[in-house]
Amino acid sequence: MNASKVATMQDAVRELVRDGDTVAIEGFTHLICFAAGHEIIRQRRRDLTLARMTPDVVYDQMIGAGVASKLIFSWMGNPGVGNLHAVRRRIEQADPGPLEIEEYSHFGMVCRYMAGAANLPFFPIRSYYESDIPKVNPKIVPMTSPYDETDEVYVVPPLRPDVAIVHAQRADAAGDTQIWGLMGCQKEVAFAAHRVIVVVEEVVDEAVIRRDPNRTVIPGVVVDAVVEEPFACHPSFAQGYYDRDNRFYLDWDRIAKEQETLDAWLDEWVYGLANHREYVEKLGDAHWESLRPGQALSGEVDYGRYS
Amino acid sequence: MSEAVADLGYSKSELMIAASARQLGGVSNCFVGVGLPNIVCNLAQRTVAPALQLVYESGAYGARPERLPLSIGDPTLATGSTAVTSMFELFAFYLQAGLIDVAFLGGAQIDRHGNLNTTVIGDYQHPEVRLPGSGGACEIAIHARQILVIMRQATRSFVERLDFRTSPGHSGDPAHDAARGWHGSGPTSVVTDLATYTFDDATGEMVMRTTHPGVTVDDVRANMGWDPMVAADLSETPPPSGEELRLIREELDPAGVYAR
Repeated sequence: MNASKVATMQDAVRELVRDGDTVAIEGFTHLICFAAGHEIIRQRRRDLTLARMTPDVVYDQMIGAGVASKLIFSWMGNPGVGNLHAVRRRIEQADPGPLEIEEYSHFGMVCRYMAGAANLPFFPIRSYYESDIPKVNPKIVPMTSPYDETDEVYVVPPLRPDVAIVHAQRADAAGDTQIWGLMGCQKEVAFAAHRVIVVVEEVVDEAVIRRDPNRTVIPGVVVDAVVEEPFACHPSFAQGYYDRDNRFYLDWDRIAKEQETLDAWLDEWVYGLANHREYVEKLGDAHWESLRPGQALSGEVDYGRYS
Repeated sequence: MSEAVADLGYSKSELMIAASARQLGGVSNCFVGVGLPNIVCNLAQRTVAPALQLVYESGAYGARPERLPLSIGDPTLATGSTAVTSMFELFAFYLQAGLIDVAFLGGAQIDRHGNLNTTVIGDYQHPEVRLPGSGGACEIAIHARQILVIMRQATRSFVERLDFRTSPGHSGDPAHDAARGWHGSGPTSVVTDLATYTFDDATGEMVMRTTHPGVTVDDVRANMGWDPMVAADLSETPPPSGEELRLIREELDPAGVYAR
């Protein structure tokens, strides 16, 4: 039995997320840990560099709350809805202050995490040819193959966040983590980061993990804290646990349009609540019931017993 | 113009969906985006391309969505799919290795050679409008064997000169394009709310192929920033069939989120 890393969200953020850090809350539509973003806002972290393939509503909330001075990304927007108003105010009008940006394509961001996770100095990809993206990001560099002088690739640098925050369906107390459904780059960012907080719907017994080892995406060896926080992805989703709250993404478009309404939302839903449990209670049982999916069980496989 | 189309008993979006879906005949897999492309691909799967595998950049391969996905990461894309891959695998093993037949792209701006801007309007450092950025579009434009563009057409979006080239199209020099060694090389067709286009082999330039019912060539010209090439055999875009309209309205988008 390995030592328990189970912590509260408050303690995990307090101990592992520091002012000035590069922080990556990943998850591609799926498994985006909004509750961790809210706790970072609540603890008033400042001067963070936020990294994420798809800065969406959680980063609009965090950037609107003033926790960040820089954003590293490949696509920013409110998926299926439109703009990130708080982020755009910072970039277009420096309102209430400027926001430095460093941008890639999706494949470039994934490969930055891959290089970080695999301890490589760079990662070669076939992208960016004849695009203006490298002109505005000098870290994206053309390189000729050492084996074929006619073959040119672009390379991207490793990204090793100080902290990665990864949501998952379940983990054991030591941090051995299992995910199903869309994977995003949860695995790559966890291996790339110096410190890792895993947030789960359920902490389970080690035996549950060992029954299905192919589903383990992140081993406890790279995990610093395990936080059990049901519904922590809302309005994002956890496959098999709750659906995406598409209504909230639409509502956010209106909330974020003005800083005043965004501030009022933060007062009511973040600063005005002690923790995510209060957020869950405030939304109410009927709301959670409306997001509960039907059942679609996977088949079982036989790993075999070899004693 | 819009009144004339309305009189025909279908919306501009329904015409764009049907015209795009017909281009997927015989295609085996397609990189799908949200919104119109998603309905296009699902319509094609029920009509001209029954074996079409829907691929989403979120990692869902061979998705069988039971409801209209409202984002490319909707949970309905994972349940019942052929495979769920990591994003690295999807971009490296599927896209970069050349397995993707067709992809859909759009943008805030397109030029006559099919270069696309999804990054910024105005100067990059001091933008008038900051757009979402590349996402996967830059590498999709390079690696998908065919690129279909679906966009609404206006002088501000069909421009002589892009403010920023996010995703490369044709260069204007076919010899250069052939030497690129990419799996694809620029968009193969464009469908707008006014017309459809292909690209000229000799110049890599957009060529008007059909105009939609009720739309004249002059209407189209008035909504783009350059004087377009027009095919000698320019014809009218065939309207959506009764069966196509039934599928769109009853099965694919019953709430009319995208199609009306």
